[in-house]
Amino acid sequence: MPTHTFETKHLQAGYDRKIILDDVNVRIPSNKISIIIGANGCGKSTLLKTMARLIKPESGDVLLDGKSIHKMAPKQLAKILGLLPQSPIVPEGITVADLVGRGRFPHQSVMKGWSKKDYEAVAEALEMMNITEFADRAIDELSGGQRQRVWIAMALAQQTDILFLDEPTTYLDITYQVEILDLLTDLNQKYGTTIVMVLHDINLSARYADYLFTVKNGKLIAEGAPKDIVTAALIKETFALDCQVIQDPVSNTPLIVPIGRHHI
Amino acid sequence: MKSLPSTGEKQRLLPKHFVAVVALLLILLLISVLMSLAFGSRTIGLGGLMDGLFHPSVESHEASVVRQRIARTVFGLICGAALGVSGALMQSVTRNPIADPSILGVNTGASLFVVCGIAFFSISSPSEYIWLAIIGAMLTAIFVFGIGSMGASGATPLKLVLAGAATTAILSSLVTAIQIPRMNVMDQFRFWQVGSVGSASWESVQIFIPFLVVGLVIALFVAPALNALALGDEVATGLGVRTGVVRIFAAFAGVLLCGAATALAGPIGFIGLLATHVIRLVIGPDVRFLMPLAALCGAIILVISDVVGRFLGSPGELEVGILTAFIGAPILILITMKAKMKSI
Amino acid sequence: MINETMNAIIKARKSRQRRYIFVTVLLAVITIALACAMMMLGNTIYPVRDVVRVLFGETVPGASFAINEIRLPRTVAGLFAGFAFGAGGYIFQTMLRNPLANPNVIGITTGSSAAAVFCIIILHTSSTVVSLAAVIGGLVTVAIIYGLSKGSSFSIGRLILIGIGIQAMLNAFISYLMLIGKTSDLPTALRWLSGSLNGAELEMTFPLIVAVIIATPILIYFAKHLEMLELGEQAATSLGVNTNQTRAILMICAVIVIALATATTGPIAFVAFLAGPIAQRLVGVGFSNIVPAGLIGIILVLGGDLIGQFAFETRYPVGVITGIIGAPYLIYLLIRINRKGDI
Repeated sequence: MPTHTFETKHLQAGYDRKIILDDVNVRIPSNKISIIIGANGCGKSTLLKTMARLIKPESGDVLLDGKSIHKMAPKQLAKILGLLPQSPIVPEGITVADLVGRGRFPHQSVMKGWSKKDYEAVAEALEMMNITEFADRAIDELSGGQRQRVWIAMALAQQTDILFLDEPTTYLDITYQVEILDLLTDLNQKYGTTIVMVLHDINLSARYADYLFTVKNGKLIAEGAPKDIVTAALIKETFALDCQVIQDPVSNTPLIVPIGRHHI
Repeated sequence: MKSLPSTGEKQRLLPKHFVAVVALLLILLLISVLMSLAFGSRTIGLGGLMDGLFHPSVESHEASVVRQRIARTVFGLICGAALGVSGALMQSVTRNPIADPSILGVNTGASLFVVCGIAFFSISSPSEYIWLAIIGAMLTAIFVFGIGSMGASGATPLKLVLAGAATTAILSSLVTAIQIPRMNVMDQFRFWQVGSVGSASWESVQIFIPFLVVGLVIALFVAPALNALALGDEVATGLGVRTGVVRIFAAFAGVLLCGAATALAGPIGFIGLLATHVIRLVIGPDVRFLMPLAALCGAIILVISDVVGRFLGSPGELEVGILTAFIGAPILILITMKAKMKSI
Repeated sequence: MINETMNAIIKARKSRQRRYIFVTVLLAVITIALACAMMMLGNTIYPVRDVVRVLFGETVPGASFAINEIRLPRTVAGLFAGFAFGAGGYIFQTMLRNPLANPNVIGITTGSSAAAVFCIIILHTSSTVVSLAAVIGGLVTVAIIYGLSKGSSFSIGRLILIGIGIQAMLNAFISYLMLIGKTSDLPTALRWLSGSLNGAELEMTFPLIVAVIIATPILIYFAKHLEMLELGEQAATSLGVNTNQTRAILMICAVIVIALATATTGPIAFVAFLAGPIAQRLVGVGFSNIVPAGLIGIILVLGGDLIGQFAFETRYPVGVITGIIGAPYLIYLLIRINRKGDI
């Protein structure tokens, strides 16, 4: 189970000269599931993308094992660090096995064909995500939840030690949300993969995260294990929402119960 | 389009700057007409202009040159006006800022029918071209709208433009294919295609007038309803507008005007786009005022383009269509750049 | 369990590989057959034996002139231009993830044409300069279209619309040049309006041949990167693709070969647009189809030229034939895309 240090130093980043992240210092716990939460537009997705080198920081740096990720060769980095974007594009007509196979790109040299390891990695990813039966189907024919499993399988085939996911459960029914989070937990437990993701649902985040990062207005305002940091005060500060925090009867993690103006 | 004042609101009688804009346009119109009469392969001085226009008894060479140019200028004016109104109508009907006869391939449709007429039915007079051109324009318009408005989001600019571009490609291939084996057709057709307004005579004006009148009258009647249509089909229906009927009439008038203009002047693009956008920028989206001013503006653009073409093309003449494409296409690009992505 | 899955994947992949090879070989055979037909057919039909003898330098009365001066240049121009249009068009369509985003529709070929016609009619330059100008014209057009469509948020739709606008201007410019040009220059310049292999000369085709020979290995080398780009900017980056660099290299290679092909034969309508989708249909997705697309480009150009030359009483330039074949497909594609509701 390889461990890595992954941290940001005085990270400043944004789009079109608008600074969204301001002096963010995070240190991702190795081999754990970390979840970033925050209100819409707070910069949580920008943080994730900057850490995954999709956005170049204005200043500050992202360090993997002490080395700046922007100075590493793209393919080398891609063997350690993978990202599943929020809305990746499905090429028309491509089959599941093919798409998952594309995750092997960083491990292949351009001229050589597929090696046994490549096939193994793809087969393993398909098995792990329970999509073996769809291997030869076109992705267009699958449901939303199945598609998301295919994409995660692609990221798995990449066999990285660190995996970033940008809102992997958005647009999915609650059933599939739980299923995806369970699968990611399997992955973390089986291979020790460090998982970092942005999630919308606070309660699922509190249940599935080993470690939570809370972002507000481009700044990190709290971090730690969910049971240590999720309080009514924090939720009020992060989301401007009154709530009660109770214990999740299933997982014993914090569960927030929102308080509106009615039905009190 | 969305910023239209809701009908319940108290409306100003006339849009802001309306009078000033009308005055300005009229002055520009006068200047462009005088330029069109004065400039050309031979430049005429003020004296000659006056003689030609107001002293029918004077028989100088200069005066007769001016008299010859009158027909051409008048034709340019009504042609430009027709194209301006046609643009305003088409944009309103499709609720689409870049609907223009040239972009929708309507011009090429007219061309194909004219070339077929010349090749297979030995048609050679403008009064017969005009019917062919109008029928060709109509069929093409229906075809392009049909393809462009398929699907959930209706006729978005992108879909319409692509449908227009594809249709233009087929039609112009066919036009070429018909021409190549028939040298005589090619000659005659080329004459028609570059006809521009240079070859216009009083006869062309006469042929054009009935079509112009019918088109303009329909346009006047549907203008208020088009304002309602701008708010969306549901709202318009709620306001008591029969959207289907209004659409059909407005589209008919739009195609009639541009088809007739194309038949007589050859394909001239982008005038409707240009005129409508300039005017809308100044006085706002109310179709009732937009339409007459777009007519004025279209007339000015066409006549000035014609004059400029005489200079750029000397010793010959540059087609108006080339110039209008050159100034009109950047407007298309600007609109595209400004547009929000969803509306494309 | 894992082994079973693995074997299934290997089997599926191998069978598709076989299909890819089969289709590619088949296309190559058709290409060769068409090229032979181009060499044999004409006012006089020469047997294969004569053609081969002439190609190996022997003098065959009558045949030598017709083959060396007319049919060989025509065939070579068709081969290389067809490949350039097919492969280049495929690169654009794949990179921009839209079959509509190809050099014909967004007006890159028109940019090359305009520059070439300008050189011929106004500057009266040599054919080398015309080729160079066509390349520069193509690249500048791409840069302008791309720059203008970037704006606050890039979108393919905007790129296509702006491309069509630029194309309208360039066409107007070409018409203007044709009007002020000398009558003697017009036949040469006319080729830039609808593509044609008439009057092709080996010397004029030379820059295109060199470019295709240099660019093809580069394109094939980057084919895998291109597959990753299909998944979107973010996914490609996280898979270790330097997206900006890859895009720039592919774009420049594709534009150069397309521009040179345009300078040689004129913009042969719809070949760049048709080749990619046809290749996709035949080979299937999952593999990079650069070579099949190039071969289909050749087949379209040579086949179209043969039809244009011999199928009718009158000889038509290849561009008219491909235009009539290609445009209905564009309309079919539009209908399909519109039904699905996303462009």
